[in-house]
Amino acid sequence: MKLAEPDAKMLQEVGALAEVRGRSLWADARARFLRNKAALIGLVVLILICLFAAFGGLIAQYERDFVDFSLMGANAYQGSPSIETGHYFGVDIDGRDLYARTVQGTRISLLVGIVGALVAVLVGTLYGATAGYIGGRVDNIMMRTVDVLMSIPFMFVLILMLVIFGRSILMLFIGIGLISWLDMARIARGQTLTIKNKEFVEAAVATGVKPLKIILRHVVPNLLGIVIVYATLLVPQMIIFESFISYLGLGVQEPNTSLGALMSLGTKQMNNGTLWMLFYPLFFFLITLFAFFFVGDGLRDALDPKDR
Amino acid sequence: MFAYIVRRLAIAIPTILILVVISFLLMYSAPGGPFNSERPLPAEVMANLEAKYGLDQPMWRQMVSYVWGVVTQFDFGPSFQYTDRTVNDVIAQGFPVTLTYGLWSAIVAMVVGVSLGVSAAVRQNSVLDYLAVGITIGAQALPNFVMAPILVLIFTLWLGWLPGGGWNGGQWEYVIMPVIALSTSYMASIARITRSSMLEVLNSNFIRTAQAKGLPMRRVVLRHALKPALLPVLSYLGPAMVGMITGSVVVDIIFSTGGIGQFFVNSAFNRDYAVIMGITLLVGVLTISFNLIVDILYAWIDPKIRY
Repeated sequence: MKLAEPDAKMLQEVGALAEVRGRSLWADARARFLRNKAALIGLVVLILICLFAAFGGLIAQYERDFVDFSLMGANAYQGSPSIETGHYFGVDIDGRDLYARTVQGTRISLLVGIVGALVAVLVGTLYGATAGYIGGRVDNIMMRTVDVLMSIPFMFVLILMLVIFGRSILMLFIGIGLISWLDMARIARGQTLTIKNKEFVEAAVATGVKPLKIILRHVVPNLLGIVIVYATLLVPQMIIFESFISYLGLGVQEPNTSLGALMSLGTKQMNNGTLWMLFYPLFFFLITLFAFFFVGDGLRDALDPKDR
Repeated sequence: MFAYIVRRLAIAIPTILILVVISFLLMYSAPGGPFNSERPLPAEVMANLEAKYGLDQPMWRQMVSYVWGVVTQFDFGPSFQYTDRTVNDVIAQGFPVTLTYGLWSAIVAMVVGVSLGVSAAVRQNSVLDYLAVGITIGAQALPNFVMAPILVLIFTLWLGWLPGGGWNGGQWEYVIMPVIALSTSYMASIARITRSSMLEVLNSNFIRTAQAKGLPMRRVVLRHALKPALLPVLSYLGPAMVGMITGSVVVDIIFSTGGIGQFFVNSAFNRDYAVIMGITLLVGVLTISFNLIVDILYAWIDPKIRY
């Protein structure tokens, strides 16, 4: 009878433990991610950048394509950043408000990165999963195609496409979409090869589920972890790629702009002493990339834990 | 092994053909030809010019004769823009430049990247490690078209140590800044890959054994850990080498080094089809060859690879 009380207590504890809900893979991953300070800071910064891109235009005092002729060419001594004039980030060489242009540039750069990553996720995952699941000769042909496409110098082909078909943001998206899915297809295929021999896929096959449905319902969801990680790491790559294209003058065209285009203008005016033209866009470019790097690394550690 | 190499070569040939066809179709479908200018030429002159360069032939004819010329005589045809030169001349002028600073960049990126990565991994979570990680992340994010003008600003305008551009036959003063601008981001990637794979290797059992035997850390790292840790770096090296040797278009433009990147962009704007094709093919062949070399090296070094 002496044991009754501790027993009861113990039982209570066990009961309390039983109330704890089972931990899913995603809940585990979320917990790991939230414990990672660098990733968390990256996420916060990323949200702030998105807010800046979405709503930053509301506090701009000028339209992004408004040319102040009195400041044109005189921005070095009259167009420096100041709160009073409303040009928070100063004025560029053509007398346009750099703040409004930076907001828009951030928006376009983010858009380019995210569209590139989305294409990669949609096309690459489905392609890779299909190749891996079907296997055999189909797999061979599909992956050899990827190999062939990968050995094409895409920077050169993209320059060619933009020169030939005209410079438009659509063309840029097409060009970036063409490259971005290749790596993803390889990764998805590799992962599919390990998934397709698991019992749950076998069970689906045994119950007569059609191959397409198996790929969509059973294979792809299990690829999501690794796909999300690589998509996050792909976004900064796409943003960097776009900035190169913009540097060559082939990217986003005026009056639209991107961070790459702004930085390129900034470097060309560096000798005039208008360093703000370089450093404000560069600042947003760098923190955007850093945020994506850290979030991507954090996601990798969270979803694909190895003791590193 | 031999069969593997043959098989890979067999894949390389259709790849190059596809590359030819794609770039040819792209250029063929372009509105406007190489001789369209502000002031339209008389019709007869135009016809004569087109006949001279074979542009009046049907498309497949042009393509076949082009491929034939390349395969049998290694002849990439005449340049449309530089009338007195062939594409071979243009490439012969530009490629050595690109190759010189490309190879130096590759060496710098590898040596600095691997040593940075290894020393960061060996002292994980030390100040040195954080510093290395910080440098590599920064170097990966900073585009070289921003870094190059800053280098020029510092070393040319402020310090006056180095010339701000040009090539001058590849004197070392002229090579330094292009190499720094080109190699930095590759260096950063190599350092990151080396660091993470080194960390993985250092946590494995055979390293623990080596340490338990009482080997000094230096020997453990250099003798036992380095080789397996470099395998992922090796597979990154293929595309990276191509990226560096074909030179960055951007570096060529900023430093006016006169490499093939500069010719490519000029030709693209001038619709100089022949030069564009020649350079695209050159880069494609280089890409394929480097990937092949890396894959063979990989298969040779890592006995676990099935080929």
